[in-house]
Formats: sequence, C-alpha cells, structure tokens
Amino acid sequence: MKTVCFYFQVHQPMRLRRYRFFDMGRHHNYLDDAANRSIMQKVARRCYLPMNALLLRLIEKFEGRFRVTFSISGSAVEQFKSFAPEVLESFRKLAATGCVEFLAETYSHSLSSLANMDEFRSEVERHRAMVEQEFGQTPRAFRNTELIYSDDIGAEVSKMGFGTMLAEGAKHVLGWKSPNYVYSGGSLRLLLRNYKLSDDIAFRFSNREWSEWPLTAQKYVDWVSEGAGDVTNLFMDYETFGEHQWADSGIFDFFERLPGVMLDRGLEFATVSEVGYESVGSLSCPHPMSWADEERDVTAWLGNELQDEAFGKLYGLREKVLAVDDADFYFVWRFMQNSDHFYYMATKWLSDGDVHTYFNPYGSAYEAFINYMNVLADFSIELDRKLEDKN
Amino acid sequence: MRVLMFGWEFPPHIAGGLGTATYGLTRGLAKHGVEIKMVVPKAYGDEDQRFVRVVNASDVVTRFGDVRYRDVWDRMSFIEIDSNLIPYCSPEEWECKKEAWKSGKAYEGTDLWEGRFSFSGRYGENLMEEVARYAMVAARVAEELQGQFDVIHAHDWLTYYAGIAAKAVSGRPLVVHMHATEYDRSGENVNRMVYDIEKAGMEAADRVIAVSNLTRNIVIEKYGIAAEKVVAVHNAVRFASSTPEDVERGVEDKIVTFLGRITYQKGPDYFVEAAAKVLKRVPNVRFVMAGSGDMMNHVVRRVAKLGIADRFHFTGFLKGDDVQKMFMLSDVYVMPSVSEPFGISPLEAMRSNVPVIISKQSGVAEVLEYAVKVDYWDVDALADAIYALVEYPALSSMFSEKGLEEVTGLKWDNAAAKVKRVYESVI
Repeated sequence: MKTVCFYFQVHQPMRLRRYRFFDMGRHHNYLDDAANRSIMQKVARRCYLPMNALLLRLIEKFEGRFRVTFSISGSAVEQFKSFAPEVLESFRKLAATGCVEFLAETYSHSLSSLANMDEFRSEVERHRAMVEQEFGQTPRAFRNTELIYSDDIGAEVSKMGFGTMLAEGAKHVLGWKSPNYVYSGGSLRLLLRNYKLSDDIAFRFSNREWSEWPLTAQKYVDWVSEGAGDVTNLFMDYETFGEHQWADSGIFDFFERLPGVMLDRGLEFATVSEVGYESVGSLSCPHPMSWADEERDVTAWLGNELQDEAFGKLYGLREKVLAVDDADFYFVWRFMQNSDHFYYMATKWLSDGDVHTYFNPYGSAYEAFINYMNVLADFSIELDRKLEDKN
Repeated sequence: MRVLMFGWEFPPHIAGGLGTATYGLTRGLAKHGVEIKMVVPKAYGDEDQRFVRVVNASDVVTRFGDVRYRDVWDRMSFIEIDSNLIPYCSPEEWECKKEAWKSGKAYEGTDLWEGRFSFSGRYGENLMEEVARYAMVAARVAEELQGQFDVIHAHDWLTYYAGIAAKAVSGRPLVVHMHATEYDRSGENVNRMVYDIEKAGMEAADRVIAVSNLTRNIVIEKYGIAAEKVVAVHNAVRFASSTPEDVERGVEDKIVTFLGRITYQKGPDYFVEAAAKVLKRVPNVRFVMAGSGDMMNHVVRRVAKLGIADRFHFTGFLKGDDVQKMFMLSDVYVMPSVSEPFGISPLEAMRSNVPVIISKQSGVAEVLEYAVKVDYWDVDALADAIYALVEYPALSSMFSEKGLEEVTGLKWDNAAAKVKRVYESVI
C-alpha cells in the first residue's frame, strides 16, 4: 500500500516598520504593528480558519484514516496570540484529534543553522518547548527553515534527538533517484518533498495557462497513484489554501474531495513520524539545499553583499544579547532572525522574480537592507547601553 | 535699470539650487533698484490652463504673502509661460517625463494673449522642440515689452535660445548666466545638443556670468569663449530668519554627513571609502548619506561589501524640515564633489554650526576660508580631515564659529551689485 504524507508549513514574519535614521536612539518600536495585524487577520480569514475547519471535518469524517502534519513557527504563534487567538484555538482542536502531528523547527523561522550551531540549538529547543506547551505534543521529527538541509545540519539535528527530518527532493541531490522513498542521512530518516506534485497544488492550481488546468481530485490522484515508490511527500505552505490560491479558484472544494478519492484508490495517509518504510539508501548533501527557487539552494536569503553584511552583523550581536539576558531584547533578537528579512534583500530576479516580488513589502532589496540595518544599528546601541547599565 | 530675465521657479515653489540662486539674486538686484520682468516656465506639465499669463506686481505680492519686502517685489513682475521646461532637465530625463505630460491636454483658453500666437497647438515632442517653442514665445514677449527693458538676462541653457531670440527682436544686450555647465552635469560624456546650445548662448551673449572661477575656466577652455567676456560672480546664500527649534539627538556618536544627490558628480564613492578608513580608527562615528540618485544602489552595495553598514546609514531623499534637522544632527559635513560649479549646501551646513569639508573642485571653495579643502579623489586626505574634525574639539569649534561668521557675510546684495555692474558694462 502506498502512503501519502501531507505536511503544511505555517509562518508569518514579523514585518519591520519603516525605521528611519532619525528614529535611531529615540524610538525602539521596530515592528509594523498595523501591517502585521492586518495581514494576520486577513490570512486567518481567508486561510487558517476555513482550512482548519475543513481539515477538522475531514478528520472526523474519515475517523482517523486522514492524517496531516504541521509545522508552525514561533513568530506565527506569537502573532496568533496577539492578533488572532481563535486561530491558535482551532489548531489546538486539530491537535486534540490525535490525527495531526506537529514538527519542531526553528522558533524564529531563522537561518541560524547557517550561522551558529549554538543559536540553532537554542532556537530548536525553544520551539520544541512551545509546541509542547501550545499543542501538548513532543515533536519527534524536524523540519528546518525553508527545508534547508545539509549533512552537517542533519548531524546536528540527529544529536538533538530527532529521528526524522524533512528535506527537498532536489534534482541536483537525488539525480535519477525518486523522492518517493525514505532515505537516510547519517542516523536520520529523511523524507523528501515531491516538488512536482506539491507544486501542482501550491503553485499551479489556479494557473489557467497551465495545460492541466483545471486540476480535479481524480486527475491528481491518478498522478499520485501512478508514481513509483512507497510514499508521496506533499509538502507546502499552508497559506496555499485560500491565500496563494484563492477560494474562488476552487482550492477548498478540490481539497475537500481529495482524501476520499485517495482512500478509495487504496492510498493511505501518515504523518511524518508515522511513515514506516525502511530507508532505501543514504543521501549525501555537503552543501545546504532548500525548497526555494529554481536553484533549490540558499541564495534566496544569503549570498549577495547586502544579505551577507546584514546576516554577519546580526549574528555578531549574539554574545551581547546573551550577556544582556533580557526578555525584551530576546524578543527583538528573535524577530530580527526571521528569514524573510533576508529574502527581501535578494537581488536575483530571474525565474523566481515573481515570487520574490509577491512577498516583498519593500520597493527594492536596497530599501529592505537600509531599513533592516537602521533597526539593527539601534538595537545594537540599545544593547550596549543595557550592558553598560548592568556592569 | 530694467531687466528682462528668463529664469526659473519662484517661491514658494522652489525645488532646486538653481531656483534658490535665481531667487536670491533677483531679490538682491531689486534692492539695488533694478526692475525685473521675470519670464518663467509655468507648467511642470500637469497643471494648466492658459498659454501665457502676466501676473501683475500686486498679485505677486499677495501670492508671496511677504509684505515686508513690498518695496522689493514692487520692482518685479512675472510672466509665466506655460511650458514643460524644468531646471536641470537633460534630454534623457525629459524622455521619461514627457509621457506623463502628453496625456494632458493642449492649451486652450480665452486669454487675451492667446489669439496672437499661431503655434501648431501641441506641445513639443522632445525637449529641444520645447526649448525652441519657449524661444518663440520669448521673442513675442520681448516684442510686446519693447522699450520696457534695457538688458536681457538668461539663466542656464534651457533659456538661452529664449535669450538669443529676445535679443534678436529687441536689439538689447544679452547676459547669460552659467549656473552649471554640461561638463558638471555629465562628466566627459557631454550631450552634444546641450553643449551646442550653451555655446551658442554664450557666443551670442554680450557677457557671460559664471558662478565661480572654476566654471569661468570651463567656459573659456571647453567652450572657447573669449576670456574678457566672462565674469565670475559667486553665489551667496540667504537663510530663513527663523531657525527651527533644537532637534533631539538620538545617538551619542559623532555624525558625519553627505547630503545631496547620489550621482557621479557629487562624489559619493569617495565619501564611502573615506568612511571605511575612519571607522578602522575611530569606533564612535556614524556616517549618513542623505539623498537619492542613480548611484544609490551601487553605494549601498559598496557599504555592505566594506562591512560598515551598521555605522553607515541612508536616509533616502529628505524633504522640508528634515534637511535642516539633518544639518543640526551633524558634526561634520562633507561635500566631495567631483565637479561642482558652486555648491550651496556647505553654506547651509556652516549656518548650522557644522564644520565642513569640501572638494577643491567646487566653486564654493573659492569663497570659503573656514572649510577644509581636499581633492575629491584624495580619500586619505578626506579621511584625515574627518578624523581631525571628529577627534579634535578645538579644531571643530574653530571651524564652526569662524565658519558661521564667514557664511553670514556672504550676501546676495554683494553678488547683485556685481551683476548690476555687468549690466552697466553692456548697455
């Protein structure tokens, strides 16, 4: 019997307000509260609430046979609490069904695994604790920010006690191999995203230029059944449902029909940790890969002068943050680590320019960089002041 | 003395240095009893209505709301020509803007002037056509006002054809004013058409006024204008009588500021390189680049590459009070221009008690004693100067005190007196 593994990523960055040079040293409110609130509430209305309700219905209808996995960043959970507590409540209801697994990730949806392993561990520990507290589960599987994976990161994750980790089914790593099997990386079990089938839903569903439009549940399940392998990993942003693919595209109707059709065809569902197959072989990945852009590497966030400078300067502050050891400072320290800030500074505008523009609140990478550095400069000044007070 | 002047913006709508300078000069001239009929392009494109409009002096006074200077304004009248000319415009920039203008309607109206002009009824398709159209209108204005002026004065190349035309119609002497040359605007990649108009204007003129000796030399060497025809009259500066209240300083570090368009001729690169050198020695300094321009992204990248972005800040284009605020927050002001015919902003900085470092390649260097002067390309010298002004309080307070005195002495009255003598020499 073939298994289908759905995993949905839930994340909202904490967006910075326009922070000017003249604000430095005077105002320390860095967040665009209005934007963060309105975006959270909009996405809650269009996606989180209706889709959670739909999943709950499906889980109840199929009495345990339909199962899904989530990973929810700490930044998203904090913003649920501030702006949309009913969303957090609906996730708790899903958790209570016993058919939903919650993964561990970095608390701040950060790129810390590429910067500092100590920080990475502390990010993961914090997130694991949050999942336990909010959803009453102890995560056993791990997904890194943007599915960033390398042998080194995998080894670190394994040391932290996780048995399974998610990664991209990237062509340049898999070669001729299929993503539809369990692989191993060191002692970790790796589940690889089937990007073709995942993106059929996440990116192409409503695209009328697409030769397969309109996509029906029947047609989609045909593709899944025809595929080789043990397990089809359908990993995507949760915001696909209702936010990236609008309700009027029929995405909700599509998904409502999907589990029934899949079960009728003899497919079974499993959450990430429940996927039981043996590893068919080990995978070597010396350079970090991710699920982003054509390149499936980390160049969406790091690599140009702006990103490298901001990234280096941010993590250069870590020792001071720990020395100050203050809740307010940790709060800023964490949201400044959101990977999204670095995404806004990307200057590669080739095949994936559209996606980058869609998510970018700034007019250009340069604007994003200038604004981020202004905030970081003020944060750094405040850190020094606080340290002086302490000593 | 009566002058027909082809100029630019007038208050309160002043956008750039050229408008400010023209305004300061006309005020100075008015105080010296010179009567000015000022012809200015009215439309920046979107507004308008009528083709040519004469505003009488009393209207001008109310418009300005400045009754204190009634005697001055009574000597001036304005003629607005509805034209898409704007100061500093290059043919390339004009291309970008004209689409917006084209969507606007052609002029129409019931003005008394309207019937007398028989133009094609559409705006010029390119900047050069617009310049020519402006000249045709200028000729009509000169004809209309025949006998009411003694001399014609044209500011910068866009109005030179107008000046030439007015001279041809009226037979009155022409003075052209070089606020900037095409070499200052474009480096060595001069636009030939612009160069030709500048040259034609200066050749047709009885006198050429240059805003500095630097500009005077360019005019003589690169345009081949006879030296005896070219007079340098340095700009002055006029300050608002009220200074804004103190701004609260957010950061304790010393602030070194560059304020201006971020373009090649302003030398932003040299400022960045010097900043990196200074930051290696002194940790408690911050650099601010205020403004925008076509080199901004390049500069941001360079700052990131040098790894100094936590101490080098960008403000974007500053408007209104923010400019003054920026000066008041500064401890050192740097103008590393590669080529600057005059350069008014160091004077504004000095007025705010800020010591200034200016490039030797700026006209303003000729009139300032209390400013550190360096070659724009000499990054080490620039870094040294910044270091000294940041680290040695005695030096910076000397520069800021003496500098304020010095800048207060630069009056438009004096510049206007020189311009008036130029008029007298050609009548």
